[in-house]
Amino acid sequence: MELLITVTLFAFLIWMAVVIGRQRDLFSASMLTGIFSLICAGLFTVMDAVDVAFTEAAVGAGISTVLFLATLALTDERERRPEHTPLAAIGVVALTGAALVYGTLDMPAYGDPSAPVHTGVARHYMERSWDEIGLPNIVTGVLASYRGFDTFGELGVIFTAGIGVSLLLSAGTPELTPGAPPPPPKSRAPYVREMPILRTVSKALMPYILLFALYVQAHGDFGPGGGFQAGVIFTAALILYGLIWGPSAVEAFARRRLVERATAVGLLIYGGVGVTTLTLGHSFLDYSALSPEHPQHGQHWGIFVVELGVGITVSAVMLVIYYVFASRPKKDVSPMRQPLPLLGGACVGDVSTEDAEADS
Amino acid sequence: MKEQLPVLVVVVPLLTAPLLVLLRAPAAVRILSLLAAAASTAAAVTLALTVEAPISYHLGGWPPPIGIEYRVTQATAFVLALVTTIATFSLLLGARGTRSEVTNGRTHLFYAAFLLCLAGLLGMVVTGDAFNVFVFLEISSLSTYALVAMGRRRRAFTAALNYLILGTIGGTFVLIGIGLLFQMTGTLNALDIARHMTQAEVGGTRTVQVAFAFLVVGFGIKLAVFPLHQWLPNAYAESPSAVSSFLAGTATKVIYFQTMRALLVLFGASYVFGTLRFGLFLGVLSLLGMFAGSLAAIYQTSLKRLLAYSSIGQVGYLTLALSFGSEAGTYAGLLHMGAHAITKTALFVVAAAIVSGVGTDRIDALAGLGKRLPLCAFAFVLGGLGLIGVPGTAGFVSKWALLEAALADGHLGYAAALLLSSLLAVVYVWRVVEVMYFRQPPPDAPAARGLRGYDWGALGPALVLMVASILLGVWSSPITGYVRTAATQLFRGGL
Amino acid sequence: MNTGIWNYWVVVFLMMAGLYVVMAKRNYVKKLMGLSIFQVSVIMLYVSMGKVTGGTAPIYVLDGGTPAEGIVYSNALPHVLMLTAIVVGVATTAVGLGLIVRVREAYGSVEEDVVTEQDRAAEAAEARDFAEAGP
Repeated sequence: MELLITVTLFAFLIWMAVVIGRQRDLFSASMLTGIFSLICAGLFTVMDAVDVAFTEAAVGAGISTVLFLATLALTDERERRPEHTPLAAIGVVALTGAALVYGTLDMPAYGDPSAPVHTGVARHYMERSWDEIGLPNIVTGVLASYRGFDTFGELGVIFTAGIGVSLLLSAGTPELTPGAPPPPPKSRAPYVREMPILRTVSKALMPYILLFALYVQAHGDFGPGGGFQAGVIFTAALILYGLIWGPSAVEAFARRRLVERATAVGLLIYGGVGVTTLTLGHSFLDYSALSPEHPQHGQHWGIFVVELGVGITVSAVMLVIYYVFASRPKKDVSPMRQPLPLLGGACVGDVSTEDAEADS
Repeated sequence: MKEQLPVLVVVVPLLTAPLLVLLRAPAAVRILSLLAAAASTAAAVTLALTVEAPISYHLGGWPPPIGIEYRVTQATAFVLALVTTIATFSLLLGARGTRSEVTNGRTHLFYAAFLLCLAGLLGMVVTGDAFNVFVFLEISSLSTYALVAMGRRRRAFTAALNYLILGTIGGTFVLIGIGLLFQMTGTLNALDIARHMTQAEVGGTRTVQVAFAFLVVGFGIKLAVFPLHQWLPNAYAESPSAVSSFLAGTATKVIYFQTMRALLVLFGASYVFGTLRFGLFLGVLSLLGMFAGSLAAIYQTSLKRLLAYSSIGQVGYLTLALSFGSEAGTYAGLLHMGAHAITKTALFVVAAAIVSGVGTDRIDALAGLGKRLPLCAFAFVLGGLGLIGVPGTAGFVSKWALLEAALADGHLGYAAALLLSSLLAVVYVWRVVEVMYFRQPPPDAPAARGLRGYDWGALGPALVLMVASILLGVWSSPITGYVRTAATQLFRGGL
Repeated sequence: MNTGIWNYWVVVFLMMAGLYVVMAKRNYVKKLMGLSIFQVSVIMLYVSMGKVTGGTAPIYVLDGGTPAEGIVYSNALPHVLMLTAIVVGVATTAVGLGLIVRVREAYGSVEEDVVTEQDRAAEAAEARDFAEAGP
């Protein structure tokens, strides 16, 4: 049964990958990329990686797809027909693929319990984490404690993405040029009025999704979930709302400046735990310092706080990224088509000419 | 406090970045980021001066291989000190050469990205955990893409985007390589992987060979080894001054250090150069890179692009040193990495000073610079001498070590190629010198403006770095002695 | 040669499909799609390593407050590593798409060929201007 599911899903993935490659309508291609991620999440579940599946579904199928669509709204939706066959690419890919297949020949078989991966350091986590950390979800223990510094770095990556996208896209938006006339009000009303079902459903769903996010945040110790997934789900709810009611409706709820600050606060909370353990004379992120008599309690506290930091930064960064994409005016040099209304990209005529000038 | 230094080197810039986002005020942001870089430098230099036996720092309190380990040896401390110092000098350049939107309310994000990039690079150097390398590699890469895009011209966007695409392929290749190693060894700690590698049922497998290939290609892309170098010229030439001088001195150097560690520690010299006979292959690529980079540098019309192509040639020297697979080669590689980092950063800082004075970095526009901005021209000449490797500069000391390493192994052809490509360096440096000193300034060019006419914010750091590279060239024995012990340790697989 | 590695081959195919899209396509948005397929497939490679036949998700099954005996769990470590990789993937996608938007604004196109052609033309024009203005 499991084999049948795996084979079917893999067959879907292969088909999907080929279609994405051939599809020149980028809107379809990005939807298919989202579905690709979703099927991957299904396969991850079959392979017992529930946390990974959860995250992949939220990120790959959710956030990434929204970002692709937002980009398409600001750029073009058709890919040009290629002019010649990319022989070099075919050669490189064939060579790389052959090398990888050659490399798999000496690998332990899929699912083999005696593979080095299972008998190496992972054995310690699987056998000892109940005594040393005391959380049912082994993934959370490894993620936040044994390899807590990786997760700190991962939060750094997310924070960097927030900084990078803000640096790239927040310039030129009305907020940044004081004294400029206010932008024309973006009327969402027509779309919303046309979609009563979406409107009702989105409003009705919101509290449940937000509640679910909080549950995932708090329940990561016991089941799949944790700060990262919670943060993504929280923001996904807000983005869903924004897709239907316009980004300004979300901004009224979560002010942009505040969200920008929150990206930093989460990382500082995580790092703050590290600095605290350090000043208590232990190593960076050694949570047992928080409760020397009961190291397990220290672990619980530490993991709780850092997961909170992860949740805050992840949701704030995702929201900031959504804001800057959604509020970017479409500067149409060669008008191809109207922007997708549901992403809130309004056509604004004033084009900053700095780029063109600087290059001439 | 002292035992916490290994982690503080990385965490100080990493946690200052979010503080900058909270602060926002440009003046405060500038001062705080400089302070953070300086504090990190102080920590790194202290480590470099005091480390004897390798320091193992257990993050999270978990001993390796259960937890992630930071490991400071003389080699890592040397690289840490180098990177932090260069970062501090580059930060002095501030937001020169950025697009106006950065100075217009986005200064804090620019500095935050800079500190994140620094933290990423430092984290890669000091960690003893293979997967942790990947995480910090991505922090530094992502911030680099954004920083490069802040250059003034629109070409900065395409430069950054092409860098992002190639860089991500590189990063993903590294991830595949680490995954295959993990598959065969069951561990992520570098020394633990190295221990497993000596067993025949691990070290002899085809999976490990492929892991090696993927790690080498992945790092090769990031290192801009010929023919994987296409991203580099535009990324260096189009990025803002602080970014190009920082990247030129650190990014490829840190990756070079990673490559050294991958080859010498993870896989071990006997596997790489004995079993796989990788030395010849790498040597040939290095030669091609040396000549392709230097020849292309000769034909450039912009100063920054010239320096960028020269960097591709210099990467060739670095990988050539590694390809010898000898202790002397390792020593020469580490030494040249340091010498070239300082020289090239200094040259990019000079370029920033020149751009401030002239308004462009087109070489034709520098006619008569020897009269108009004599100090800038002079600083460039000093740097150029370092690039060529004229006696009395740090570049000479390291090139000499390279030559010695080549001759010690009987590689006469390599030695000849080294000399020949140094001649090419003479040509491309001379081209600029000729324009600066022997061409009449355009009639409408402003006359010499005295000491007030300089952009001291850029020329000051440049002169300090130039003097440092001369001092290191003349009085090199403390550094060479230090690097020699570091190289010995590294070559024997110590980390 | 062992037989239990066919699914790694499928994963290799998926990775290469992604890599092919990145390298062969000239549209930047499409390239990033290829990149994310490539990355997700690498995640699949790691997750496959973590599977133990007959195992279950790595969450202790509790029996009266302590883990029950005799239950086989799949390996948690690859899962932890891949959570990080997913984050890296979405972060790269976000920054890459941000860059694409700026490229589109600056060049009016997201096709690599068009952009390169414009750069080449601008460079030639710059050199010509300088030659005319110079001595």
